[in-house]
Amino acid sequence: MALTPPTPSDGAPAPASASVAAPPPRPAPAAPPLPSQADISREIAARHTAAERDRAAGAPVPDHPARDFAPYRSSTARHPHRPPVEIDHLTDPEAVELGGPAFGVTDVTDLDADLTRQHTGEPLGERITVTGRVLDRSGRPVRGQLVEIWQANAAGRYAHQRDQHPAPLDPHFTGVGRCLTDDAGRYAFTTVKPGAYPWRNHHNAWRPAHIHFSFFGSAFTQRLITQMYFPGDPLFPYDPILASVTDPAARARLVATYAHELTVPERSLGYRWDVVLDGPSATWIEEGR
Amino acid sequence: MPRATTRHDRTGATAGAPNGPLAPTPAQTIGPFYGYALPFPGGEQIAPAGHPGTVTVHGCVRDGAGAPVPDALLEFWQAGPDGGRTGAPGSLRRDPATGAVLGRNGVDFTGFGRVPTDADGRYAVHTRPATAPAGHPDAAPYLAVCVFARGLLHHLFTRVYFPGHPAADRPTDPLLARLPAARADTLLARPDGPGRYRFDIRLQRSADGAHEETVFLAYR
Repeated sequence: MALTPPTPSDGAPAPASASVAAPPPRPAPAAPPLPSQADISREIAARHTAAERDRAAGAPVPDHPARDFAPYRSSTARHPHRPPVEIDHLTDPEAVELGGPAFGVTDVTDLDADLTRQHTGEPLGERITVTGRVLDRSGRPVRGQLVEIWQANAAGRYAHQRDQHPAPLDPHFTGVGRCLTDDAGRYAFTTVKPGAYPWRNHHNAWRPAHIHFSFFGSAFTQRLITQMYFPGDPLFPYDPILASVTDPAARARLVATYAHELTVPERSLGYRWDVVLDGPSATWIEEGR
Repeated sequence: MPRATTRHDRTGATAGAPNGPLAPTPAQTIGPFYGYALPFPGGEQIAPAGHPGTVTVHGCVRDGAGAPVPDALLEFWQAGPDGGRTGAPGSLRRDPATGAVLGRNGVDFTGFGRVPTDADGRYAVHTRPATAPAGHPDAAPYLAVCVFARGLLHHLFTRVYFPGHPAADRPTDPLLARLPAARADTLLARPDGPGRYRFDIRLQRSADGAHEETVFLAYR
């Protein structure tokens, strides 16, 4: 599949007057037109139908996105063609990746988990708290590990030089946070709800509101970078990045739950999002699993 | 260290999860805007400053068309000098007064590095020579690498091996021994100066087959 549709034609419209002494400067070649939302939605539907057929035929349900998901155009040249080589933790129990980086109290400060208190004033937007537990696949809490987040501000703008979306920057919001999980594997952040924003995957493409999350487990194999979405976002069906997770149940695991009991009266709305890190660790072997 | 004597049942019950392993949270791309959040000063300086015998590993990340990938983030993880794989905190020490990154303390070896590619798709890290894990001194030493990038929906793992080690040159290493020579070559850094090694990462082989893609790994 072509990365971008072909340019319609080389034949530019003839200038209104052909009798000028000096020809007007040649216009810059037009960028190839972007695919439409209908094109992208059709491609997503085809991939989801194929995934459903595989499921019905008893194929294992993929837990993660396909790396070769063409509706997300940037994936086209950036995914391996060959399948990964498997390392089994039982046949290679000494693999370095079965342990992982450690972080501690020196690596975070108390303010890092409150994105609304990193400047002299309050950021604009809907204040929220997001909390949850980080577990490994056997249900064991991931303790004392680093969680990092970054996000757009309430208007949908990142404090990043390359984000040229003409929405306002907020001088009171950077959108970066980090914390360590506690003994139960819990993390918690106070922030503002990020806005949706446009991007150029296709014509009129908009990302649903999301917070980027980075997690470390007890093993490097469990490393995870992902995105948390907000329940009921009307942009879900249009987004090829979320749609790259072709199993509906797996996709649902990326969506936080509104949790009224976490809502702080007169202060902030609460969301809960629990996370399970994939991958084996040395502790599995030590416990003889 | 006690070893499992039976194969782990990937679908059966476990103590922590009576109904089988919990379903993992899916990955999503790192996107283009992590640059003001994840990289930190000194992320590429894994060896304590001034440590003798430091090696530099550098290279370029390229896509299937051979174009540099200017918005990848690479993470490095390696065993400690004693072969231990528990690491040490302090990679991104922060100043409690200002919140600024203080950098590493110059003494401890955390085993962890993080470096974004530059506009040319290039990266460089400075670290201690890789050591084999404590329980497997005959294995070829390597650096573990995790690759994130815009356009990459699920991160990729790979390893940097070093020529000159008997287990890497005459592969007795459990991974290298399993790979055809041309594939194993993609995991071997190439010496290109005193204490300096080049390790390029190719996310996808070229359409004409002239460029092999790097071997990527999945852990079970």
